Amino acid sequence: MTASLSISLLVNGERVDAIVLPRLNLADFLREHLKLTGTHVGCEHGVCGACTVRVNGDIVRACLTLAAQSDGASVETIEGLSDSGEIADLQAAFRDRNALQCGFCTPGMLIAAQDLLTQEAEPDRARIREHLSGNYCRCTGYHAIVDAVEATARRRRERTP
Amino acid sequence: MKASAFSYARATSIDNAIELLAAHGDGAKVLSGGQSLMPAMNLRLLAPQLIVDIGALAELRGITVAGGLMRVGALTRHCELLKSGAITLHAPLVAEAIAHVAHPAIRNRGTIGGSLAHADPAAELPACMVALNATIIVRGVAGERRIAAADFFKGIYETVLSPQDLLVAVEWAIAPGNSAHYFHEFARRHGDYAIVGLAAQAVVENGRLIDFRPVLFSVGDRPQLARAAASLVNVAVSPARLSQALQALGEELDPPEDQAASASMRRHLAKVLLAQCVSKLLNRPDLNAGGSA
Repeated sequence: MTASLSISLLVNGERVDAIVLPRLNLADFLREHLKLTGTHVGCEHGVCGACTVRVNGDIVRACLTLAAQSDGASVETIEGLSDSGEIADLQAAFRDRNALQCGFCTPGMLIAAQDLLTQEAEPDRARIREHLSGNYCRCTGYHAIVDAVEATARRRRERTP
Repeated sequence: MKASAFSYARATSIDNAIELLAAHGDGAKVLSGGQSLMPAMNLRLLAPQLIVDIGALAELRGITVAGGLMRVGALTRHCELLKSGAITLHAPLVAEAIAHVAHPAIRNRGTIGGSLAHADPAAELPACMVALNATIIVRGVAGERRIAAADFFKGIYETVLSPQDLLVAVEWAIAPGNSAHYFHEFARRHGDYAIVGLAAQAVVENGRLIDFRPVLFSVGDRPQLARAAASLVNVAVSPARLSQALQALGEELDPPEDQAASASMRRHLAKVLLAQCVSKLLNRPDLNAGGSA
């Protein structure tokens, strides 16, 4: 009864066909099957945000999404966002501002921050904190992360007159 | 943890979903957005044998306004409610409440039907539906049923839904022009479960509450319409009258005690919220001063 399913999806623009068990969540699929280990698995119940990925352009919790539900979807992980250069400036700002220490939350934090920056050109610090409220960081105290996101928003505004 | 093993079926129509549910009884669970079901399964609080994924049923999605009624399909996601011009215009209570529901990544997946069927006593949308006097539309093997939101919630994670039922939509009358609303909740952090919250829908005329439905949540096992507020309808509200209503509210509530708050703290916060609500709806700052004591 718990028969495997066949799924077909895009991961970072590449087509992937796989046979998965129904219980397999998207985070484990990315990590174990595709070896895309940038998607981190923290709490496994939707609280910490470490597994944040983009599905059809929207950020979601990969731990609360079944791989089976991603059939036909376009999934983007931190590897995709990083390799394409989409968030190079945001990553640089995180480095410059020491907005990470252990790095566990960083992939999810970057994807959530980029989600805000693509929706709003001029988010204030309260908006940044609100948008990142679903992503836990146990190292930085968040202040440096908010600085980095704010600085990136400012630089992007300066670049696009 | 990981969810235990289960079978998975992707429903191809509403009827197909109901057939699958009917065939598997309480061993089956409906998967909508999965933002409450998946955590419960990952924590092994739930271990259904069959997951019926209704995610592909486009007919369960969408917001329509017709004949003075607003209808929201069960699969409509929180992010869609948040961005909907029709919701902002005709149900500002819902628009305001939805911003308090979890975080952006959760709102991108979570659905209104899922939230109502899950019936978390600390959730915002069930309280809003009771405040709006909404009708919850359910399909089962015997056909369609229409259930008043006030009768729908039965306890912690409990509703009148049977395991064979599918919540398909929710409907409510569009608020008249002289309507007003109030929403506020106390939580430790933004997006956390509310310690106490209040969703209220009202009609205000000449400085009086003509109709008033303040619904508290996270103060009991289901959303609770504050009966004490009836004494504030169709009268000139004085600080003394409000104070009496707040006292009656404290007596009618029997809030739970947990790690987030004691029963007396919840009772106190409920009174604070009702006082703020009445003060804001009537645009009477003087009433809030009396209420926070």
